[in-house]
Parts: sequence; structure tokens; C-alpha cells
Amino acid sequence: MTDKIFNKKDWFDTLKGLRNSYRIFVPVREGDFHNFRSLEDETIPNFDFFNTRLSPKSVVYPQSERMLECLNDTESPEHGVLKEAAKDYSQQAIIGIRPCDAQAFQIVKRNFDNPDYRDPLWVQRFESTILVGMGCNAPCPTCFCSSVGGGPFSEEYLDAIIFDLQGRYLIKGLTERGNEIISNMQGGTPADVKVIDESKAIAALANERVTSTVPSDKLTEKSVTGLFGAPFWEDVAFSCINCGTCTFLCPTCWCFDIQDETCGKQVDRVRNWDTCMSPLFTLEGSGHNPREKKFQRVRQRFMHKLKYYPDKFKSGVQCSGCGRCVRYCPVNIDIRRVAAMMNEY
Amino acid sequence: MKNPYLPYPVRIDEITTETEDKNLKTFKFAFINPDDEKDFTYTPGQFAELSVAGKGEIPIGIASSPTEKGFVKFTVNKVGSVTSHLHNMSVGDIMGVRGPLGNWYPWEEMEGKNVVIVGGGFAFTTLRSSIIYMLHPENRSRFRDITVVYGARTPGMLLYKEELATWEKRDDIKMHITVDGTTDPEWKYNIGFVPAITEKKISSAENSIAIVCGPPIMIKFTQPVLEKLGFPPERIILSLEMRMKCGIGKCGRCNIGEKYVCKDGPVFSLAQLKQLPPEY
Repeated sequence: MTDKIFNKKDWFDTLKGLRNSYRIFVPVREGDFHNFRSLEDETIPNFDFFNTRLSPKSVVYPQSERMLECLNDTESPEHGVLKEAAKDYSQQAIIGIRPCDAQAFQIVKRNFDNPDYRDPLWVQRFESTILVGMGCNAPCPTCFCSSVGGGPFSEEYLDAIIFDLQGRYLIKGLTERGNEIISNMQGGTPADVKVIDESKAIAALANERVTSTVPSDKLTEKSVTGLFGAPFWEDVAFSCINCGTCTFLCPTCWCFDIQDETCGKQVDRVRNWDTCMSPLFTLEGSGHNPREKKFQRVRQRFMHKLKYYPDKFKSGVQCSGCGRCVRYCPVNIDIRRVAAMMNEY
Repeated sequence: MKNPYLPYPVRIDEITTETEDKNLKTFKFAFINPDDEKDFTYTPGQFAELSVAGKGEIPIGIASSPTEKGFVKFTVNKVGSVTSHLHNMSVGDIMGVRGPLGNWYPWEEMEGKNVVIVGGGFAFTTLRSSIIYMLHPENRSRFRDITVVYGARTPGMLLYKEELATWEKRDDIKMHITVDGTTDPEWKYNIGFVPAITEKKISSAENSIAIVCGPPIMIKFTQPVLEKLGFPPERIILSLEMRMKCGIGKCGRCNIGEKYVCKDGPVFSLAQLKQLPPEY
């Protein structure tokens, strides 16, 4: 039994101690919201949050990442030959990731790590990342994790899970890697049965609090061309301003662009997050654009998440129910409403 | 772990200007490392990403045939920044080729059948690859009659003119070259749009498979001609284009429904496309 209890006042020291073995990412308060940041000497972690504004997807999949590089020097025999950029894949851990965001990594994994091709950058970074989750005592009204195969205390996609118990944290190992990081944590006391019971009660209460749902049970049986041609897409997209906030915040959106950047003789081939909300995403050299109109792009986002992805991977939807797109959409487009429309069409 | 984003280094060995507007050039590349050529084993219909360090990558159909050894060939239309840069490069310059990518024409299914090739404009590249491949002595007996309808705007806009002339003279391939119009009094081939010439020259769909490659407008009007001739949608094969980046089904932009043109295509039968959203 590696499960441990920590007093909140000792917790930050414990985390700082882990830095000898891991690069640690923790939630940090930034103005009115939280984000995951690398734990440095001056960092003040703050675990008093609903969820972070940005999902921690960038810890595994940076918003901008050098893939290849070369020196464009006509004198050099290596001129014009791109090589793999050096990478550091040493162990890292995300402390306090919500179960929904952990599930999102598994959803994205089907794209980056499948028998056709393995994406070396994503796969190696993911495999070196330990997910120490923190259950949600107070899910938001926009959360719907339990509709998409998760839950506020879902342990399925985590290496370890933290329960916030009034002044103390219980941390429970779920995998070998999770047990290992717990054993590397200084201090704490072994968990007793009473605390375990307390944590179960908190989880049960939180599960009841997720009342928001996304119906998707009938989506797989629908015809793809039928849903594509449904009459409601113009209406769904009417207020959309194509800002891309939804795709940027989404922990399960993975689309990227590849660009070459040069600075002097240094050439970098970089990949950057991209968004299907932008007309440039599909604009061809000839000027032709298969998704020229706004409603086509909005339709692509919902169809990808709720129909194309489940059809392709014979799995659930490409959504972990974090609710960020619902909370931060400036024009209140709500995936729960769109899913219901598609499910009933 | 093998990095699928890493191009093979190649040297430009030959550059040929193909068309009178000088917008299309054929690049012949040699692999710098001989082992890379073995790894770059391809089948006609596939494409690759041409990579210029500092400029970017472009997905281009492979115009050479696997029966041609020692080089790979690509014909590139000058459109954007990478292709414009490429057009200004010289023999001896080093760049990259990443691939082969995507699927290929259904060669197994085509065995024992008549093959009808319908091409237009500069989409003739993987069709050249296919013709060279089928005419190779090792392969010719696997296919029955080979008929080609190939059109361009003017005689000067046809690709691979010398090879077209050679194929014209052969008796194991039937060529129907056409142009939209010409002022050349010496022009001895057809005048007319590709769909009309297809209707005139192709008489039967029996035991035949059609491969169609060209601009959207040509495909749009050729499709009903072929269907009228009796080609079922399973035996009308199309090669699609789409904006691409990764070429391996990861970056997310070239999807038609759940299929990625880069990985599940670029070759689709009309029957397959009818099952997918019409968004390409």
C-alpha cells in the first residue's frame, strides 16, 4: 500500500522535492484563472481551482515545437539536409490534472499512436509523462464528463489520484508509475481505512453533482452523409465568429500546421497548433477551398468530434466533457445542444 | 522510433520545362544515400512531400514509375512559395523527399482488365507513372487493352510530349490526345474537351476499369460519360487533391468525412466517394 496522506502545509515542499527526479507541472493562479506551469523555485502552486483555463495538452504537445532543423550554409556538406531536432524526454509529471483532461490524452493518442504511423514527438513525450490527477469535488454546471465515459473522480486514465479532504490530501497510486512517484514523495503518512472511506464519500457526492449530459447513443447508427446534409448547420453556425477559442482550449483538438522558420542560417521546421475554424486551414494553392464557408467549418468541428472520430476509431466521441468550449465560447455555441440535435436527427 | 517527418536527402539531377507557359517543370532526383532509394519503394498512384529546408513542403504525385531505377521524378506546377522557390533551383542543389505517401491505383483489381485512362492538364503525372509501369515488358501481359484519353488547353500545354509521341506509335496502347483548341495547322490529333473525346473514343465498359485524373471541372463532366458507357462506380477510380501538411493522417486538414486524402487516399473509387460527405 503506497497511498499517503499529506497535510496541505507540507504539500508544496513535497512537490518541490520531486523535482530531483521529475519535471513537475502544477496549477498556478494567473489573474482570475489557473494554468499549468512548470514548478520552479519561485512558483506558487494553487490547487484551489475548478479547472485550468487552458488544458494541460501543451505539456505533452507544445503549442509550437521544433521538429527538424538544419543549417543553410552553402559551404557545408550538410547544406539543405534536415535533421531531427534534439529533444529531452526525461520523466515529467502533471500534478493535479483533472480526470477529463487525462482522458483527453487517451482520445488524442488514437490519432498520434496507431499502427499506421506513430508520431515520435507526441508518443515519446506522452510516454515520459506521469498523470497525477485530482478529483473534482465541485464539478462545474458545464461539465459533462460522465456522459462521455469519464467522471469527476474517474481513475481510468490516471497514474495516481489526489482527493482533497479539508486540510489534507489523500494520494492513491493507480499504476506502477503512479506508485513510484508516490514513493518518491517525501513526508506524508500512510492512508488508513477511515480516510479511504471519506474519499469515497466525496467522490460519490461529486458524481451526483454532474447533471449536464450529452446524448450520443444514436450517433453511430446515423448515416454520415445524412448528418452532413442535415438542415441545422447554418443555424448552428449563425452566431459563430470563427475565433477558434473552442479548438484552442479543447484538450482533444490535435490539428497542427507545419511551417519552416529561418533565422540567419538556422532553419527550423516547426509544428504549431492549428484550427479548423480558419479558412486557411484548407485553402488550396489553386484558390479552391473545400470548407470556404463558415458553416462548413463549424460543421467539420462537430462532425469530427461526434461522428467521424467514433466511426474511424470505433470508439466513443472525441470529447472528454471538460466543458471549456461551452464556458468560453463568446457567442454561446454549446456542444451539448449540437450533440442532442445530431443524436435526434 | 522512425521519424515519418524526416525527408530523405536528394540531389536535383535534371530539370525539364514541360509546358509553353513555363509553369510546369519536371524534376529528376537522385537519392544521396543509396539505402534511402530502397526504402522509398512506391507503387504508381502514390505521392510524396517535396521538402525545401527553410521554405516548406508540398505534396506532389510521383511521376516516375517503380520500373525506372536510379531516380524519382516529379512534375511541379508553379503556384505558391515552395513551388516558386523550387522552380528557381538548379541541377546539383540538395533538397528532400518524404514518402512514399498515400495509397495507389488498384493494380490487383486491374489485372486481366481493359484499362481506360482519362487525364487532363497537369494531373497527368501519376498517370504517366502508371502507363510506364503497365507498358514495362514484365507487366504488359497482366493487362488487356490500354486506352488513354489525355487533353490539355493547347498543344504546348501537354506534358511529356516526347513520350506521348512514342506511345502514339506503339500498337500495345491506344492514345487519344486532344486539345481544347489550337491554331497549329500541323496538329494531327483531336480537338475537343476530354469528356467529349472520351464519349467518342471509348465504346464499351465491358471488363474495363477507368482511372480519371484531372481538374474538378473535367472530372465533373467525365463522370456521367463513363456512367453512361456502363462503368459502375466501383470501376471508376479517381485521384484527389487536398491541402496537406503531414501526409500521414495526423494533422487533420485533408479529411473527407472520416477518411484522410493523404493516408486513406489519394485514390478513391467513385463508389467509395458516394459513401462520404461531398466536401472536397
